Amino acid sequence: MSIKRILLDIPRWMQGEAEESDIVLSSRVRLARNMVDLPFPHLMTAAQAETFLQRMAEAVQYVNQDDLISQHGPMVLYRVADITNLERQALVEKHLISPQLATGGQNRGLVISEDEVLSVMINEEDHLRIQCLFAGLQLEAAWQLASSLDDALENRLEFAFQEQEGYLTACPTNVGTGLRASVMMHIPALVMTKQAERILSALGKVGLVVRGIYGEGTQALGNVIQVSNQVTLGQVEGEIVANLTAAVKQIVAQEQLAREALMTNNRIQMADRIGRAFGILGNSHVISSEEAVRLLSDVRLGIDLGFITGLPASVFDQLLVQTRPGYLQVLAGQELDALERDVRRAQLLQSKLRSGDNMPS
Amino acid sequence: MQCERCGERPATVHMTRIMNNKKEQIHLCAQCAREQGELNFEPFSVQSLLAGLLGSGFVYPAFEQKPKPESQPICQNCGTSFADFTHTGRLGCAQCYETFREALNPLLRRIHGSVYHTGKVPRCLGRQVHTRRGLAELQEQLQRFIEREEYEQAAVIRDKIRELKRELSGGDDSEHQKDFA
Ligand SMILES: [Zn+2]
Ligand SMILES: [Zn+2]
Repeated sequence: MSIKRILLDIPRWMQGEAEESDIVLSSRVRLARNMVDLPFPHLMTAAQAETFLQRMAEAVQYVNQDDLISQHGPMVLYRVADITNLERQALVEKHLISPQLATGGQNRGLVISEDEVLSVMINEEDHLRIQCLFAGLQLEAAWQLASSLDDALENRLEFAFQEQEGYLTACPTNVGTGLRASVMMHIPALVMTKQAERILSALGKVGLVVRGIYGEGTQALGNVIQVSNQVTLGQVEGEIVANLTAAVKQIVAQEQLAREALMTNNRIQMADRIGRAFGILGNSHVISSEEAVRLLSDVRLGIDLGFITGLPASVFDQLLVQTRPGYLQVLAGQELDALERDVRRAQLLQSKLRSGDNMPS
Repeated sequence: MQCERCGERPATVHMTRIMNNKKEQIHLCAQCAREQGELNFEPFSVQSLLAGLLGSGFVYPAFEQKPKPESQPICQNCGTSFADFTHTGRLGCAQCYETFREALNPLLRRIHGSVYHTGKVPRCLGRQVHTRRGLAELQEQLQRFIEREEYEQAAVIRDKIRELKRELSGGDDSEHQKDFA
């Protein structure tokens, strides 16, 4: 499958319904691994990086024979150098690669399974970043599957490991398990009722990190946040994943309470806000990505609360990606200036949202 | 130049932010610059956290000697010095961890609250590491029984320790086959 097809494809995992998926959009587990016999990527020569890419290409062939891994379709290795800048931007928007993999370093690579659940970034900050991405709240399953891919790769590659420090990473903030678990959550009611900051700042005290997804970490545009663990050393992986899951469930419960309160006390205002958002998204001709993200949040809430029917909730997750600048340009097959993007975005939103029914009550 | 925040509109506002004693240029469009004012969450960057920890003295508790970068060895494998590490926040290779272990430990404790990995172990090393972890635990138990003068239990533990030690020295891993080979 070409990288462009992967980009434009809506993966199966994004289309189904999963546990807590009205508030938790996705769960991700990432494992950092390095080779014992190579300097970390920022010190590798171009030749070493190239050799390692080739070793990974062989390892991928081997991993594809693994029963468990092959259930996710064959994994294919792409060289970042062969991917256009626009496609890289879109891969970042799809959360399949980091901005760092898209822009920095030499001889970087991306391995991705057909269903986009499993992926591996090569020669980013660490030699390997193994990733598993699931819909809804499924951190334990994501950890298990990422660990299986880790096991399969370990049969072909010798990873840097010390009994004391665990898996060794370029940055000591990742050492030990090398595990970063994160969930993306949509918490509009907590933001509307001004509880988000209080609840989220409490997470910092239990070793969790919160950031906004849209708006570069400073602001939770679209009311979408990412919660992840900070500590990677000293805890068992299952413990890290269970702690994060427990915290996420608490936020989910708080968000549900806030939604109930809004429905009890401010039903008509909610119907109005959602109806307006739906109206603008379905009828605008020029719309910026920020406005789109903000209104999409209202529409998603409208679907969750039953104000909007006839649209699957996952349309929100999909449109969050599809209305991003890189994605729109890959879809168009050409570079677009800001106005052209705003026009195409409006067209896309019209076509996707007109099929739904707004039933304000 | 495009706005760094939205990547959509041209950057017209150029700001300098000082974070952890490091100057940082920020280029934003007018709309994003306005919205920067209404920050909801603290921006978080692992690199800046690390730079902050390394830069300030409080990484190293008073009772611990703060390592002087110039007195630290240089990694024989990759040539990284401790000063390089404090600049970039990144180590150069696997061997760096051994080379700088003494200086890294207080930092790891600060970041993670621990300096010992307890999680997954590569399968090729798995059994030995698990045996050693078990051994360390038993030795602690033994110490506790001896302190409480519960010599009967202590003797049981001592036997178990002997058994594990025998396994570690003479035990081979040949029956620990890889599942795939
Ligand atoms: Zn902007
Ligand atoms: Zn080194």
